[in-house]
Amino acid sequence: MSRNDLGFDTINLGHGSGGLMTRDLLDHIIFETFNNPYLNQKHDGSIITVDGELAISTDSFVVSPIFFKGGNIGELAVNGTVNDVAMCGADPKFLSLAFVVEEGLPMEDFVKIVDSIKKAADTAGVQIITGDTKVVERGKGDKIFINTTGFGKVHPKANISSNKIKSGDKIIISGPVAQHGMAIMSQRDGLEFESTIESDTTNLNFLVKDLLDVFGAKIHLFRDPTRGGVASVLSELADDTNLGIKLQETEIPLDDQVAAACEILGLDPLFVANEGIFITVVGAEIADEVVKLMKKHEKSPRASCIGEFTSEHPKKVVMHSVIGGKRMVTPLLGEQLPRIC
Amino acid sequence: MKYLSEYRNLEATKKYLDLIAKTATKTWNIMEICGGQTHGLVKNGIINLLPENVRMIHGPGCPVCVTPLNLIDKAIELLENGVIVCSFGDMVRVPGSKKSLLEAKANGGDLRILYSPLEAVNIAKQNPDKEVVFFAVGFETTAPANALSVLHAKKENVSNYSILVSHVLVPPAMEGILDDELCTIDAFLGAGHVCAIMGTEEYYPLVDKYKIPIVITGFEPLDLVQGIYMAIVQLEKGEYKLENQYSRVVKEEGNVAAKKMMESVFEIADREWRGIGTIPESGYRLKKEFLAYDAETKFGISSIATPENSTCIAGQILKGIKKPHQCTQFGKACTPANPLGAPMVSSEGACAAYYHFSNNLITS
Repeated sequence: MSRNDLGFDTINLGHGSGGLMTRDLLDHIIFETFNNPYLNQKHDGSIITVDGELAISTDSFVVSPIFFKGGNIGELAVNGTVNDVAMCGADPKFLSLAFVVEEGLPMEDFVKIVDSIKKAADTAGVQIITGDTKVVERGKGDKIFINTTGFGKVHPKANISSNKIKSGDKIIISGPVAQHGMAIMSQRDGLEFESTIESDTTNLNFLVKDLLDVFGAKIHLFRDPTRGGVASVLSELADDTNLGIKLQETEIPLDDQVAAACEILGLDPLFVANEGIFITVVGAEIADEVVKLMKKHEKSPRASCIGEFTSEHPKKVVMHSVIGGKRMVTPLLGEQLPRIC
Repeated sequence: MKYLSEYRNLEATKKYLDLIAKTATKTWNIMEICGGQTHGLVKNGIINLLPENVRMIHGPGCPVCVTPLNLIDKAIELLENGVIVCSFGDMVRVPGSKKSLLEAKANGGDLRILYSPLEAVNIAKQNPDKEVVFFAVGFETTAPANALSVLHAKKENVSNYSILVSHVLVPPAMEGILDDELCTIDAFLGAGHVCAIMGTEEYYPLVDKYKIPIVITGFEPLDLVQGIYMAIVQLEKGEYKLENQYSRVVKEEGNVAAKKMMESVFEIADREWRGIGTIPESGYRLKKEFLAYDAETKFGISSIATPENSTCIAGQILKGIKKPHQCTQFGKACTPANPLGAPMVSSEGACAAYYHFSNNLITS
């Protein structure tokens, strides 16, 4: 039996029953695709050997639509968790993979998502070592939800903690903001607009590793500004560190098309979700070198130093606007909604 | 022309800020009418760059802010009775007397966030066994598209579509503000996009009657500082006239086709403004021949009494008598997460704009 010939056009409740249909699905799609010594044990779990510190991160992915420009929920589920582990200063190697599928999902879509997961995992150098598949009745889910948990050894030179951030530290962003959120928004029901904006979803673990190899503990923090965007991450950091943040609007990389889409919809790009960039906080003495290295890296050609921590205005993020004014940047409240005019 | 970058030019903006500082010899209170202008002023930090004697007062031009509470309750009632309610995005978080549309959606209501009311007509076509209502809020800017949706539904015989009308008009509100005995406003920045539809004609009588400068102004930083400068030049010379800073968009006659469409569907009526009260002849209602598309008539929901929070000073804020941070509830009991009144709700509302972008800078 081939993976495309399970005898079903759609996933149905039987595929989550634990019986023969589940086994067929696992054998011919999951195991065949991910094929590695850990999964091939076909055990309830996998055993991994660890020496030193281990970073673990888990995330659930519920994005709608499940296929969008620049990616799909599958690669998002890999890259999102890989990046979260990397943000701990660790080198992700293993992932768990759990599906909650709504009955009626076309088998073709499921296979496409599984293939994307495989491709993204290979690209990021991680293996899927355990997993789960559940199927819920129609209406009890939204096509497919995915949870992944990532495991990775902490880099020997890493010392990542917001406690290390001090006044004068520089804030560097690895690439243009708001790409992912606007790609999704452009394809939402009722809000469709024509654009070629693509999600920026990608794995950032090798970039993080390269930075830690060179700069080690002088890098104080990595954080990926996913939901809530750059504004929410920076507001949290200002709060956690009891320091203020000065931001330069002119230094924040933003694609013209994304900027235009944000204008039209009345959205602030600083609040819009990202999936393929991070913010790093580094000592002022290495900031220029960090930006230089990042600009040479394929994942961050548009890296930019966007601001710094300051002992002035503790806990407040102040944006220095394009025209020389100042404004407060506050965290996102609830979901960002398009404005009327 | 790159409209985004050229009107955000640092040098050009600075030039006008310098001119404003040099020209303004007295204290002047200038009201920007439109919420989009308030947003632009605060987001770009322009308020703090103006000299102390040039004070911006934030007007009532935020459609979300002035939509009466009882209309939100009506939309929620429809949603809870199985109607598909379609709305612009920022309307859905506004709390009604008990909950917001978003909360009613979480309880199972079929709420759709749309950009175009024409999309709501499509939804009605796709769901012939359901009633579909578009929450038609806004000023003269959103009225043409809402009118078009009604004409479209009529043409296509879509009988399960109607609109919940809450359209308000700018000039009567300006008059209402000027008639208030506590009014301290010396000049207006006219709402650029409203004038793009309506043209400039209806503002001349206001200029003459109240002897007040009105400068129709755009929304980008350079637009705003130029508009303010033009108003100050008039004030310093003791002149009062209508000027058009936003001439790249606003034509004398406005958008004739859009006006015709509105006039064919809507007629002038008294309207309640949240925080201000009823202003005579200050809004639109559907004409008799289109009452089949009027949700209030269709569903018989025209009388829900909804009291406002008694500690909220929204009326004084919307008329420019008080600034948001002068309210004792501002940033304390009243925040965007828990708004006591209208101007804290939308990011274009004066209170929310202050809260989001500048509250701590201003109050500290």
